[in-house]
Amino acid sequence: MKLVLRILALALATTSAASAQEAANQALTPEEKGRSIAVEAEQRYEGFGNSIVELAMTLSNEEGRERTRRLTWKTLEVDLQGEGDKSLTIFHEPRDIEGTAFLTHTHIDRDDDQWLYLPSLKRVKRIASANKSSAFAGSEFAYEDLLSDEVEKFDFLWLREEACGELQCHVVQRVPTYRDSGYSRQVVWIDQSEFRPQHIDYYDRENRLLKTLEFEDYRLYHDRFWRAQQMRMNNILTRKQTTLGFGDFDFRTGLTERDFDPAALRRLR
Amino acid sequence: MAHRLLQSTLAVVLAATCGMAVAQSPDVSGFLGVEPRVFVDEPAFPEQPGAGLSPSAVVAPELRADWNDGDDQLTVSLFARYDGDDDNRTHWDVREAYWRRNLGDWTMLVGVNRVFWGVTESRHLVDIVNQTDLVEDIDEEDKLGQPMISLEHWGPETGSITVYVMPGFRERTFPARDARLRGPLPVDTDNAEYESSAGNGRVDWALRWSQTRGNWDLGWSGFYGTGREPLFVPRTDVNGNAVLVPRYEVIGQLGADIQYTTDAWLWKLEAIGRHGHGSPFAAIVAGFEFTVFGLRGTSADLGLLAEYLYDGRDDSAPPTYYDAAWFGGARWSLNDTQDTTVLAGAVINDAGSIAILEAARRLGSSWKLAVEARLFLDVDVQDPYLAGYRNDSYVTLSIARYL
Repeated sequence: MKLVLRILALALATTSAASAQEAANQALTPEEKGRSIAVEAEQRYEGFGNSIVELAMTLSNEEGRERTRRLTWKTLEVDLQGEGDKSLTIFHEPRDIEGTAFLTHTHIDRDDDQWLYLPSLKRVKRIASANKSSAFAGSEFAYEDLLSDEVEKFDFLWLREEACGELQCHVVQRVPTYRDSGYSRQVVWIDQSEFRPQHIDYYDRENRLLKTLEFEDYRLYHDRFWRAQQMRMNNILTRKQTTLGFGDFDFRTGLTERDFDPAALRRLR
Repeated sequence: MAHRLLQSTLAVVLAATCGMAVAQSPDVSGFLGVEPRVFVDEPAFPEQPGAGLSPSAVVAPELRADWNDGDDQLTVSLFARYDGDDDNRTHWDVREAYWRRNLGDWTMLVGVNRVFWGVTESRHLVDIVNQTDLVEDIDEEDKLGQPMISLEHWGPETGSITVYVMPGFRERTFPARDARLRGPLPVDTDNAEYESSAGNGRVDWALRWSQTRGNWDLGWSGFYGTGREPLFVPRTDVNGNAVLVPRYEVIGQLGADIQYTTDAWLWKLEAIGRHGHGSPFAAIVAGFEFTVFGLRGTSADLGLLAEYLYDGRDDSAPPTYYDAAWFGGARWSLNDTQDTTVLAGAVINDAGSIAILEAARRLGSSWKLAVEARLFLDVDVQDPYLAGYRNDSYVTLSIARYL
């Protein structure tokens, strides 16, 4: 009897040691687990300081006709509490909007600030921040798809684990908490090996599946930063598609706050 | 004189460039296009062309280069127009030809440049650095290049502070005697008069401070120099015809342009105080822009605009249409792949109304098609600003090829 008890105790101890992590995870609610996965993903994405990347945005309609925009995308990480990153996009093609630039200062606890630079008038124009659900440059990407990614802007819910291609993924639902979002919820597949987003389903305000986003061709920079070299957004309802093809990312380029001030837009050209 | 000054500035800029090592990645861009205009009505004055088509064409090449990791920038932007009916509108201009040097928080610019200040849509009240190229469009949004040296300081707390020194005055362009869209009397652009004894060689000064504070975008500006708006002095020209001679006075102007942005609303104010044009006076433009994003479940946006305009100048100042006026408009942006936009609006006051419709769309990837219609409605034939335009409602079609 004693022996049986001892074996039982030993077995229990072994099990609990092996699954301490699992037990800890199980202690988390699905909300907490979803959020902790998102935090991990954000922490792995961050720390790059600033970046510059050239990008081709290819729009194709339901008949497959393609239009391409070319732009430069500059990003500055901001470490202040309550503040998000700063982002500057400058269009090179189509040529009639060459030099048009779009500056965003994202914030956690209030609306983002956005400015547009119109080179033909040499005019800097502050624009309304309620455009979150509007199409960015006529693409299938909404402004919020490209600019509102901070953990603090969502409520999370861990749904399940499942295979995603050759990888194993956490499937996490996130609900935007900022105003003017076009979505009721998003479902994100995040791989368990490197915590990179692999796939996002976007549900509109009527909770219909509206768009799907695929992250493809991940590349590792500086042994630390994973970046998808291609992102493909499919609109389920319109059957239109937008593909972002990125060039090489340059990190820690010497960009500063000064380059992301509205006054800097006038110095672009 | 103005062109001679431009040419010498251009020479300085080009010399500066040639002195540099090879500039990296020179980028050639710009456009060329045809812009036929159709005047709807028979003219108000017998020497003007009748109703019908008025041909025109434009070319606007640009060259940009930078070196030292972009700290040195060189830009040359030229503009030329041929107009089949207006000899004064057939003209060319150096819009920009400058060298810009970034030195940490300081930026210096030498050459010809265009500078825009302001936030409102119906009138650009504080915007005073560049002379208006009025033959291009009566909306005063087209500007002649201004020779200048400017020095800007930027700080994270102070924002942007810029000093402009502007040697060389540019005269406003006006349509020819036998052209449409002119005042009740033709303007004699060959014999402009100046208050300053230095004539168009006077050195003008401007200062601007702009910064962002949360939801507020604030701009403060000062100008001291030869005012860009002329008075009109009745004279007789060598042929014995009654003409108006433009007279440019030395003025001082303080300006403020303020925008408060929240959610879908932009609240805008521009205000100036000016002395030197008759009695000192103030003028304002105040209004809002409200945008409905994702109109009726589509990706289109609809912007609604309303502005009130007031100008307190007396009769001894250059005439204005905006003494007490309202502007209302709507901007419809389809947010499609071809960037289709439509803008409709009207400025209304006692002297008559100006209605405008603009629509534009890209064709393929490097062509742009635009239509602009401007209608003059219920015009008071005594109004010094508007009377000359009363029969000049027009539609312009423009087709441009971008390089």
